[in-house]
Amino acid sequence: MAILVDERTRLVVQGLTGKEGQFHGFRNRDYGTNLVAGVTPGKGGTELDGVPIFNTMAEAVAATEANTAMAFVPPPFAADAIMEAAAAGVDLVVAITEGIPAHDEARVYNYITQTSQTRLLGPNCPGLMSPGKANVGIMPPEIAIPGRVGVVSRSGTLTYQAVHELTMLGIGQSSCIGIGGDPVPGTSFVDVLDLFQQDEETDAIVMIGEIGGDAEEQAADFIKAKVTKPVVSYIAGVTAPPGKKMGHAGAIISGNKGTASAKMEALAAVGATVLDDPTEIGTAIQSLLG
Amino acid sequence: MDLFEYQGKSLFARMGVPVPEGRLAASPTFARTAADELGGPVVVKAQVQVGGRGKAGGIKMAGSPREAEEAAAQILGMDIKGHTVHSVWVEQASEIAAEYYASFTLDRSAKKHLAMVSAQGGVDIEGVAESDPDAVVKLHIDPVVGLTDWQARALVYRAKLAPAAARKAASALKKLYGAFVALDCDLVEVNPLILTSGGDVVALDAKVTLDANAFYRHPDFGEFEAAFTRDPIEAMAMESDLNFIKLDGSVGIIGNGAGLVMSTLDVVDLVGGRAANFLDVGGGAGADTITNALEVLTRDPTVRSVLINIFGGITRCDLVAEGIIEALGRLDLPWPIVVRLDGTNAEAGRAILAASPNEKLMAVATMREAAERAVKLAGGD
Repeated sequence: MAILVDERTRLVVQGLTGKEGQFHGFRNRDYGTNLVAGVTPGKGGTELDGVPIFNTMAEAVAATEANTAMAFVPPPFAADAIMEAAAAGVDLVVAITEGIPAHDEARVYNYITQTSQTRLLGPNCPGLMSPGKANVGIMPPEIAIPGRVGVVSRSGTLTYQAVHELTMLGIGQSSCIGIGGDPVPGTSFVDVLDLFQQDEETDAIVMIGEIGGDAEEQAADFIKAKVTKPVVSYIAGVTAPPGKKMGHAGAIISGNKGTASAKMEALAAVGATVLDDPTEIGTAIQSLLG
Repeated sequence: MDLFEYQGKSLFARMGVPVPEGRLAASPTFARTAADELGGPVVVKAQVQVGGRGKAGGIKMAGSPREAEEAAAQILGMDIKGHTVHSVWVEQASEIAAEYYASFTLDRSAKKHLAMVSAQGGVDIEGVAESDPDAVVKLHIDPVVGLTDWQARALVYRAKLAPAAARKAASALKKLYGAFVALDCDLVEVNPLILTSGGDVVALDAKVTLDANAFYRHPDFGEFEAAFTRDPIEAMAMESDLNFIKLDGSVGIIGNGAGLVMSTLDVVDLVGGRAANFLDVGGGAGADTITNALEVLTRDPTVRSVLINIFGGITRCDLVAEGIIEALGRLDLPWPIVVRLDGTNAEAGRAILAASPNEKLMAVATMREAAERAVKLAGGD
């Protein structure tokens, strides 16, 4: 089964004709993802390497039955692209773009949840993959192998690190989801934990958080209430100074709120295995799964 | 980006939020001239990007231009929580009838805007919220709709501001919210928002944090940034588009991705060392980026060893390796470098490093081992 993307994914890339969109869109196709369309206003009617290009998302969805969109659109236009994808009725829109203003993100999140059924993943995320089935985003797929551990993370490179540790031990993954490092992520830890808990092909969950906000604390409450599968967690930023944005727009300790230690305590209190070294993720899962 | 009070007030004035008239002064003489021009009693306020300046003696009343000059002489050059005062804001003193609190921010948890208003302003608002939670009125605002008139009124009445202040306070809240949204602020906080004895509602302070991601639609915000005294190493890193934060240890850190770099700092700490910095080269870093990052670290005399931790996704490890070799050839690097490469083209990267052996360079297989090596090389600290 895996979650969110699989063999049934029909991908449309917004910005497929741009440099990044082209590189990653076709890399996703090479992995086996069904890339059905691209959208670039003004280039409708053309083709790129066998993929039809449309002027609007609505046309692309009508013509190709695309159900998943990926936005490779610069920050000034990204909020608009996400709303266009939602208006066109895709199930999932994956926003890779980093640097979207926080007010745009807040408006877009509230707008699409009020007006559509579309789920937003990101922005400022590496995308997601279900190994052996589909890759939508910028993750290097060769580090992953199919299996039964779900991975969810606010950080791109730490997702790779975790997947790598698992793969080195021969432990495969059901799905790997990067929810992104911005203050208003479209999909939260709680959303993904819920999906992994319901997924029959996921036996255990790796959750990688970082400083800032209270998404990990909310996740801990959800784990206590709903999650019966084992959870291994790592939180980055234990030594981060307060008041500084540590690379990600959302990675900031405000006053005494959003610290790594508070998040680690919350997760440990609900029975998650909390690690202080990300390179131990693989062995921790191994010992949990026996 | 946290603004100085005077910068925040200039934005308030632009958006129609009432503020007292004032002048910026970088010397006691200018403060005297400013007070003279403003006329009457003034307040001389230290301009620093940190709270608690009142308690630290950074705000003084002055009844005359000569007193303003004396106050400025005392305040300029002061150190307030590690921030040196380079300028003071001289403004007309207000006759205060009541002090309130008002702020707008983004509630990440609720994913909506959050308004907070209290009739108990002029003091530490977190203290008020703790001792008397009902005294701080909170209201979520749908970012799609924005703050409505009835919500602004509800805030004023629920917070029990003086009836005489109600109409003007509601209007000030609407304007503050307008500024919060139109100027892409992460935070707008006024403490105190005052009711004057003349019945006006005026922002006596301004704490404004701007969202750097939105600067492309506010080209004029560049002038705010120009007023900040920036650490020269941070300035150099910024010019090369590197995400750099100075820390207080001795192990220089270079990595790709915010999460991985944060994690590297933590692992260095875990094995008994301290990171000298956070430096994220971002996604898709080429050889030049790595060379630039190493050059930035050469400017920091506290660095005693460098740890390069790369997990290639978009970033290609072969290009990272080329950048390291290039830097070793071109720059006089004063410290040993420990490198850990994994992910995209990692084998090619390791081969490039192995082909150019250098006594300053060692490639290590895991993040943990790399941290241990780098900490050992930095020596006891």
